[in-house]
This record gives sequence, C-alpha cells and structure tokens, in this order.
Amino acid sequence: MTRLLPALLVLFLAVAASLVAGARALPLVEYARAFAAYDLANPAHITLMQIRIPRLLGGLVAGAALGIAGTVMQTITRNPLADPGILGINAGAAFTLLLGGLLLGQPDAATVTLLALPGAALASALVFMLGGGMRGDAGPVRLTLAGAALNAMLLSLVSAIVLLRQESLDVFRFWVAGSLAEAGARPILFMALLAAGGGLVALAAAPRIEALLLGEALSRGLGTRPGWVQAAALVAVTLTTSAAVGVAGPIAFLGLIVPPIARRFAGSSLRMQLLVSALLGAALLLMADALGRVVIPPSEVRAGIMTALIGAPVFIWLARRVRSGAFG
Amino acid sequence: MILSTRALSFGYGTRSVLRDLDVVIPERRVTAILGPNGCGKSTLLKAMARLIRPASGQVLLDGADIRNQDTRALARRLAILPQAPVAPEGILVGDLVRRGRIPWRGLLSPWRAEDARACAAALQAVGLTHLAHRPLDELSGGQRQRAWIALVLAQEPRLLLLDEPTTFLDLVHQVEVLSLLRRRNRESGLTVVSVLHDMNLAARFSDHLILLGPQGLVAAGAPDLVLTPESLHAAFGLRAVVQPDPVAGTPMVIPA
Repeated sequence: MTRLLPALLVLFLAVAASLVAGARALPLVEYARAFAAYDLANPAHITLMQIRIPRLLGGLVAGAALGIAGTVMQTITRNPLADPGILGINAGAAFTLLLGGLLLGQPDAATVTLLALPGAALASALVFMLGGGMRGDAGPVRLTLAGAALNAMLLSLVSAIVLLRQESLDVFRFWVAGSLAEAGARPILFMALLAAGGGLVALAAAPRIEALLLGEALSRGLGTRPGWVQAAALVAVTLTTSAAVGVAGPIAFLGLIVPPIARRFAGSSLRMQLLVSALLGAALLLMADALGRVVIPPSEVRAGIMTALIGAPVFIWLARRVRSGAFG
Repeated sequence: MILSTRALSFGYGTRSVLRDLDVVIPERRVTAILGPNGCGKSTLLKAMARLIRPASGQVLLDGADIRNQDTRALARRLAILPQAPVAPEGILVGDLVRRGRIPWRGLLSPWRAEDARACAAALQAVGLTHLAHRPLDELSGGQRQRAWIALVLAQEPRLLLLDEPTTFLDLVHQVEVLSLLRRRNRESGLTVVSVLHDMNLAARFSDHLILLGPQGLVAAGAPDLVLTPESLHAAFGLRAVVQPDPVAGTPMVIPA
C-alpha cells in the first residue's frame, strides 16, 4: 500500500491542476457550489460541468489505460521502448478511422472513436499471430519485429488514404495529435469499461507474465502456458489502448515513459507496477492537458503534443540513468 | 510419486535420439542421468517435465500419462530447473524466489502467509537468506545457481528435475550444489533427478544412476552396479578403470 501513496499524491495534484487550469479562472468555491446547486445560468458552472469534468474523466481513463498498456507491452516484449505506437496499434486505429472517413464522409467525435476501435483490436490480433501466436513461441524479439513491420505497413496505408482525399486529411490532422478537448463528446463510459476490463485482465495475468519472463522452459515448469499468457497480455493491451485512443486519440510517449517511472516506485511485482502505472499515467496526462491549456492562452496546445514535449526529455533522462535498458 | 517412461522415443529430423526407452525414477531418491553428449539426456529430462512432446511413448506419473494432467496441478508436484533460465534484469534474489509460488496462486488471489513461509524456507535451505535483498546479478556463479534452486524449492514440488545444474560451476560450487540437493532429499524426501557430466560426483551424491549411450539405455541402478568398465565402454567408448573413491567408497572412474 505504501508503494501506491506517492503515485496517489501525484494524481491528486494532477486532478486539482486539471480542474483549476484554463482560460477561465474559476474560484474554488464555485466548484463546491456547482456540485451543490447547479445553476444553468452561471457560465462558470457550465464550464465546469460540461468542459472540465468530462476532460478530467477522459484524462483519468485514457491516462490510466495507456499506463497499463505500456507496462504490459514493455514487460511482455522485454523491450523498454515498446508502446502502443511501436506495435502498430495506433496505426491500426488511424487506418480504420480513415477508412471509415472515406466511406462515411466527415465523422463526428463519437463516430471517430468507434471507427478507431476495430483497427486497434485488429492490429493487436495481427501482431500476435505474426509473432508466433498460440503456438507459444512468440518470443519478445519476434513480437517486437512483427509489431514494427505491421506499424510500417499500416502507416503507409494511412498515408495513401490521406493523400487520396483532402477531407480525410482534415479529420486525420485533427485526430492524430491526441487531445482531451473532445472527451465530452465521446462515449467515455463505454471506454472506461473497456479500460477497466483490460486492466483486470492484466492484473489477473500478471503473475503468469512474470513467469514468462524467466524463459519459456521455466515458465512451463511453473505451470503456465506461454501462448495463453501472451494472448491474455495482448487482450489487455488491446482493450486499454483502444479505450485510450477512443477517448483521446493517439497520445505520444505516455505509454513509453510511465512504465519505467512506475518500476522505480513499485518494485518488481508486476501487479504493483500496473497499479502505479495506471495512477501515474492518469496523472501525467491530466498535467499535460492542464499545462497545454495555460502555456499560450487563450489558445490550447493539444495534450498529445504536450506529452511528447514533456515526455521526450524525461525519457532521455531516464534512459541515461538506467544502466542498460530501462529495467533497473 | 513415481515417475517413469514407457517406450519413449524421440527424433531430431531423421536421426532418432532415444528409442523405446523405459526408465523408472525411484521415489524419494537422488537420481543422476549420465551419458555422452548428444545421447538425449536433456531430451529425456525435458520430456519428463512435459516441456517437449515425444515422437511416441509416454511419461507416467504414478502410472498416469502426464499429458492428460492439469498443467498447474502438475507444476505443484513436479518442478524443473532448465539449463539456461532467464533472469529479469535487476531482479532481487527474494523476488526471484517468490516466482516459485506461481503455480500455487489463483487468478486474483493475494500473497498469502504460506507463500511467504515457502519462500523463506527455500532461501534458508540454499543458505541465501542474508542475500534476499540483493540483486541477482551481484551474486557469484555458485550463489546465483543456489538462488535458482531456491525458486524451484519454493514451488514445493515432490519431484525436482535439474538440467545440468553444475555445468558452469567450479568444483567447490559443484559439490555445494550437489550436497545441498542431497540434503533436501534426506530432510524432506524430495525426489531429485539431475543431468550431470561428472561421473565421480554423480556416483558420490546419487542413490541411483541412469546411464545412456548412443544406442539408448546402457544401465540403471545403484552407482557401483552402473559404473563398470563394460558399461562405460558401451556408453562412451571409453576404456576406464573403476576404483572405490578413497573418501566415500563410491565408484570412481579413471580413464585408462
């Protein structure tokens, strides 16, 4: 429990920052009033309930989901650079989103979300099958290579569609730098359920994923079936990544930098690492979003850009501190 | 619990490694599997742990084919330490040993007192209690091998299979590992089966030897019955003199 406290504290500060930051400064008492007696005529109450609370919820869901997805991926591929971007899952989401755009014309925010989902799921399933699948010999290297290959292929398809149609370029440009700004218009509850499902699968599979890291022979000796464990890990990654992409679009770097930080707080238990990753992922995304709202007022920097701006230096700093790889 | 094989056969490509092998691992004894390189010692061990599927034949645990047994239930009775296990980078000795409890844990069940007890006992048995909080990579080769053994002991099996547990160790650490395994056997009745290369140490620390040759099983039984000039010649093509070990009286192989 004490290992969770620092992450909980950070998350608490991030939640506060997320509620306070913005073009409109709201006195803190207004928050209490808005909850106690919601006043439709009061613009402060409307800002809070219709903009900031949905953004907060969206940030919690997407951030926690990405933290979990990153930790599962880096653990199962034994690659400290693995994240949903590298295994081609974001590219899969982008691909079906654009394909849907081609067929349906200009989609609205909720449709965008639903269009991105099958792509993320399909890309995960594909990368798993390409990497060895249920035969159980999907080694970390095979899985990473399959992901990289799939990513390259999907991205070239994405480019092809973007070049083909001007309208799809507009949708894509807006979507590709992920943001929490549209969270209110997207089906957050559904995404929260997806993310929670993925998180539970990850938590349940965690001891068996740990066994897998001891090599295939020993993990079989410990009574696990490598193929099933990898499948469970991929289900967890797919559900959480899809949820995050659905709420916020692709968020760069978060799935990459949260796991190594979480490992520092959490120690070697994968379950604890997952919990801490979820808390820190949510905290970091909320902070990035809050910062993005105040750096160049009155306009906004999208959260996906902020996470990359904050994430890249943090990642370099981490990579330099850790002896070899980010598994220290 | 008696582990045995019935008409077990393996082939790599067109070459058959083991053919129609029938062996019985005596219960509550220390057994060593000996033989020249490539004769199928490790293959036999892996088959007995269900890590590889034989071309034909069966591995039986108390008479029942291990193929039909529940994976996790089997892992609670039978543990294997493979030749080159992979250590997660930076892992602490205590955390490594804790992973031996995986077959005993349910899907979302928390860490229980009996898990902690099993790990503490395993660390104690290999003499690494004081190093539990140290990273595995900081340990010496002998200590590291003992940490891996602690992991499979924490699994609390009735039967422990080890694939060349002494191969990369110097003589002192080889003796240390083998006497540790025999002590576990004497104290708790753990059945131990190891693939070994050093015949003299195998004879010293085992109750039962299985000697394999290029044509399959050469001899099985007590060390002084198995290690004879005739059987050594059949297995290795080696001319050797066998004399009693001046310390323990067990057979000692001296190449002629």
